[in-house]
Amino acid sequence: MADKKTVKQVADLAGSYDAGFVSDIEMELAPKGLNEDIIRLISSKKNDPDWLLEWRLKAFKHWQTMKEPEWAKFDMPKIDYQDIYYYAAPKNAQAPKSLDEVDPQILEVYKKLGIPLKEQEMLAGVAVDAVFDSVSVVTTFREKLKEVGVIFCSISEAMNDYPELVRKYLGSVVPMTDNKHACLNAAVFTDGTFVYIPEGVRCPMELSTYFRINEAKTGQFERTLIIAEKGSYVSYLEGCTAPMRDENQLHAAVVELIAMEDAEIKYSTVQNWYPGDENGKGGIYNFVTKRGICKGDRAKISWTQVETGSAITWKYPSCILKGDNSVGEFYSVAITNNYQQADTGTKMIHLGRNTTSKIISKGISAGHSNSTYRGLVRVSQKAKNARNYTQCDSLLIGEDCGAHTIPYIENRNMTAKVEHEATTSKIGEDQLFYCRQRGINEEEAVALIVNGFCREVMQHLPMEFAVEAQKLIGISLEGSVG
Amino acid sequence: MRAQLGRKKESNYKMIKIKDLHASIDGKEVLKGLSLEIPKGEVHAIMGPNGSGKSTLSYVLSGKEGYEITSGSISFDGHDVTNMMPEERAALGMFLAFQYPVEIPGVTTINFLRTAINSLRKARGEEEMDAISFLKLQKARTAELGVTMDMLKRGLNVGFSGGEKKRNEVLQLVMLEPRFAVLDETDSGLDIDALKVVSKGINSLRSAERSFLVITHYQRLLDYIKPDVVHVLADGVIQKTGGAELALELEKHGYAEFEKNQSNGAVA
Repeated sequence: MADKKTVKQVADLAGSYDAGFVSDIEMELAPKGLNEDIIRLISSKKNDPDWLLEWRLKAFKHWQTMKEPEWAKFDMPKIDYQDIYYYAAPKNAQAPKSLDEVDPQILEVYKKLGIPLKEQEMLAGVAVDAVFDSVSVVTTFREKLKEVGVIFCSISEAMNDYPELVRKYLGSVVPMTDNKHACLNAAVFTDGTFVYIPEGVRCPMELSTYFRINEAKTGQFERTLIIAEKGSYVSYLEGCTAPMRDENQLHAAVVELIAMEDAEIKYSTVQNWYPGDENGKGGIYNFVTKRGICKGDRAKISWTQVETGSAITWKYPSCILKGDNSVGEFYSVAITNNYQQADTGTKMIHLGRNTTSKIISKGISAGHSNSTYRGLVRVSQKAKNARNYTQCDSLLIGEDCGAHTIPYIENRNMTAKVEHEATTSKIGEDQLFYCRQRGINEEEAVALIVNGFCREVMQHLPMEFAVEAQKLIGISLEGSVG
Repeated sequence: MRAQLGRKKESNYKMIKIKDLHASIDGKEVLKGLSLEIPKGEVHAIMGPNGSGKSTLSYVLSGKEGYEITSGSISFDGHDVTNMMPEERAALGMFLAFQYPVEIPGVTTINFLRTAINSLRKARGEEEMDAISFLKLQKARTAELGVTMDMLKRGLNVGFSGGEKKRNEVLQLVMLEPRFAVLDETDSGLDIDALKVVSKGINSLRSAERSFLVITHYQRLLDYIKPDVVHVLADGVIQKTGGAELALELEKHGYAEFEKNQSNGAVA
């Protein structure tokens, strides 16, 4: 029908990926490809201590023997690891002490993305670590955080300033050999964020990291390490964007969370990597290993993710519930449109007694995309009275997309209770007509219905980011109807 | 009485003009040359047996996809809306109170209302309504309809009883203040108390500037919403037109007289 065509044309004109610009910033690049020399080069660029170089080389050796995980439900062309730059840093980004020392062009990039670092430092009260390609360019609010003993800095700085802490925990939750992507990260990671909350401290502000891939043919391999000591609390958010490019780019990150007795870590992600164009050309391969451990009793780790970008998403933020009475939560919204593919979910490993976990997953598929929930709930022999509740809802838009739910449940304790609920629904013509009759146009109606569908998850995002995430949902589904 | 006269005078202007409308669904013709004019400020009722085309008329008037207009035209307030999108008609001031309101989980009624009001304002080139003005308006309008805050905070129509759904339709009607409203069997599923509340809400909107088309199977609703004109729809065309007394007549004698004209297997 003519009217639908108009809607589509308008949507196309508007362009659906706002973060897709490229910035011309002078960069320092290591030679393309991966070998021991490149790793040594990265290591020397980062001023690694000797043990870390050894660690990297060991990882690289092991990586060469590993196979890529092939069980995920997506098709992927073979990655040519020799056609990637493993190190790209803005030339003027040598450890700025404050925002005033940061290349104004880089600040401009973040401003364009809606993250004006300067304003945020002064007004919003959100501490930001900005990672640009391979390196952290600035971390705001660090002085104020230091007053209460919170450490918030790039992991390269932490390596120098707090070497014992880093050495103790790096790779302790996600072992170097965990999977091929995590292993590659261990070998070549260039930066990331380090957070340490001392005993009994409630972090006075939201901490956040914004990751930006700018350089072409560059992989981003960052590591995040968050340690929450006994009785502490922290809420952390990461956001990600990349320019529109025809070739695919690799992002293989590792995130490790450690929560001690009575500590709580709330980790939220708004992932908006470039998803590729409407024909499935280009886009980020997002292969991320995220895992947290509730080490002490009554510790709590809560993952919230809104995944709208990337050509392929492979990610399973997980919780190891080791302490008695510890709690793990996973709230997820994954939206795929055009030719995007997402295989995402969680693992809840119940080791301690009276441990509880909750999984709420909302998958939305449109266009020719495929979205899969894959989740493991494992209750070990000792996890007496473990409880899990899982709810997976899928929403389909159009005729050519797919939604899949693959739960794995392994229970070795008779007293455990594991529940799984799943639904699949479609946005109905009747729902759309109802909204349109009230004056809400088709695109807005889809966004409204999808936001309603995701409400349970969106409620768990920090307030400052909930609005942003809602808008993002609308943008990612543009052109999905008609 | 004078006001009455004034209204009558005004009513020469035709708000709605439907001309020789033919419409089909899935290749089957349901409206077969329907013509109807509703002057500004008047309330018209359409009555008819099941399958006569009543609901089809309401959908065709609001532009639902799947209903194909094969010939004829619809104009509203001087605009030819025959091929307009539903949201364009809404922006012009056309409204449909649904016979079967749909459920939208997770979207609260109050959020839906606000989105709708602001979409309409945007389409009309007006500024969005701020939260405080919206809440004021909503408070004033909900009280008399017996709509509770609990209903407003639940997902749109989710878990609503039949009566609550209909009250919610009327709430939207009074909040959006359209200039022409079609009420599609708004009385169905209502008990007598709810019917009174709903009718009061609708009557409060009656004015010289606003027209209504009330679609109903039973005369009962018309005891509370007094129509200026009653039409009988059967077999896809208007068979008879009269005053309010025609409804009483139909109640007494049924539709048998018209149904003999109706072909078999018509679609509602």
